[in-house]
Amino acid sequence: MSDKLWSERLESTWKTKIGLAEMLKGGVIMDVVTPEHAKIAEDSGAAAVMALERVPADIRLDGGVARMSAPEMIAGIQEAVSIPVMAKCRIGHFVEAQILEALGVDFVDESEVLTPADDRFHVDKSIFKVPFVCGCRNLGEALRRIGEGAAMIRTKGEAGTGDIIEAVRHMRTLQDDIRRIQGLPKEELMSVARDLGAPYELVVEVAEKGKLPVPNFSAGGVATPADAALMMQLGAEAVFVGSGIFKSGDPVKRANAIVQAVTHYNDPGKLAELSKNLGAAMTGIGCDELTDKDKLAGRGW
Amino acid sequence: MPSSVKIGLLAMQGAFKKHGEIINSLGHETLEVRNPSDLDSIHGLVIPGGESTTIYKLLQKSGLFDSVKEKIQKGMPVFGTCAGIILLAKTIKDMDQPRLGVLDVTVERNAYGRQVESFEAPLHVKGFTDPMPGIFIRAPKIIETGTDVEVLAEFENVPVLVRQNRILAATFHPELTCDTRIHELFINSLSQA
Repeated sequence: MSDKLWSERLESTWKTKIGLAEMLKGGVIMDVVTPEHAKIAEDSGAAAVMALERVPADIRLDGGVARMSAPEMIAGIQEAVSIPVMAKCRIGHFVEAQILEALGVDFVDESEVLTPADDRFHVDKSIFKVPFVCGCRNLGEALRRIGEGAAMIRTKGEAGTGDIIEAVRHMRTLQDDIRRIQGLPKEELMSVARDLGAPYELVVEVAEKGKLPVPNFSAGGVATPADAALMMQLGAEAVFVGSGIFKSGDPVKRANAIVQAVTHYNDPGKLAELSKNLGAAMTGIGCDELTDKDKLAGRGW
Repeated sequence: MPSSVKIGLLAMQGAFKKHGEIINSLGHETLEVRNPSDLDSIHGLVIPGGESTTIYKLLQKSGLFDSVKEKIQKGMPVFGTCAGIILLAKTIKDMDQPRLGVLDVTVERNAYGRQVESFEAPLHVKGFTDPMPGIFIRAPKIIETGTDVEVLAEFENVPVLVRQNRILAATFHPELTCDTRIHELFINSLSQA
């Protein structure tokens, strides 16, 4: 077995994929459904936008099948802003991913928020030129997605609820899992890999370095500047905000405040200022009120 | 130059921690700069890669824009990468995006294309014996340089690393490699204070 770390062995494209994720750190990635939303996001200081058909709160409300956004809408959003444009494909739907790559999106999110296209397999992300981000609830899931080629991980949270509890749970679980294997003797790591259902080489790297080999962002449930700062203090390197902005009373104010809260996440005085006069937060749904079947985070494995 | 210097990392948004890791590995202190008072104790400033529009807005809202500009004009050494060079540039092609405007170059944003066109290439840097790995991510292009601007490296006949007095700027990302030479170049320039 090679002594080299896994991420150093990959070809150049891997570095440019992870590189873009590195550039997004300390930023806010906002869900948008129209070019007008995208412009508001950019003007508020979003580091990137995520194009999708409907924000997660509406997907919950409307039901039905949630798919990749229409290509003309994605093109319109690309036209409207200079920041990176991400878009979601369904879990396992590699043709949606191919189309998104052909459209020139900057990152593809293989997302549990959309209706899964495959209940057994995720997309083989390693064969794409475009980088991928995937959701996780724990270390095993994160390493399986990285093993398939994801260049960024986001903890899933529970999208479209405005309830932060699942985002916190997934971030704490991931970090707890990492701490638990950090510094273990190497002979124990194959069993760890078996128990986690994760690639052995990645388990070795995490045990040695004490962190994921790709950037780790937080998603699913952020509705306030305080929520965003909470995820940053818990160790997220950037924050995705979905319904929390455009389902609130004053999206412009709230978007601006959340962007600044991610920069000044460790400054309670500033956070207090930023949290003033934002209008109503999204009403939201408590995650305890959801049945397992209503939870999006359970999609994917 | 004192044996150890303190470098500010402009921590609005972007890859500032990566710069910090390299500078710390060279035995120097770093400070994440988020407020104007943070500028008082630093010997030089890194403006990292990230999103230039985002970093600009946060500079304004944090009350840092004017003080950073003034410090640079008064001679504070600064090193900008990617978004950093966009913020430093005097002119941005086809965009009226606000900027610090202290480096006499014209840049074109995202000039190599979208993310799928991002690439790696070895670079020959003036004064380096071995090539430097260049990682270009949605990179800007320097399309014009003023007479006071020294070109330290080119790729496909386009400048990618330039220096003007105490301003060093790259369109690529030395902070994403293990190669510390460009950061050393920056830190060594602090001795000319």
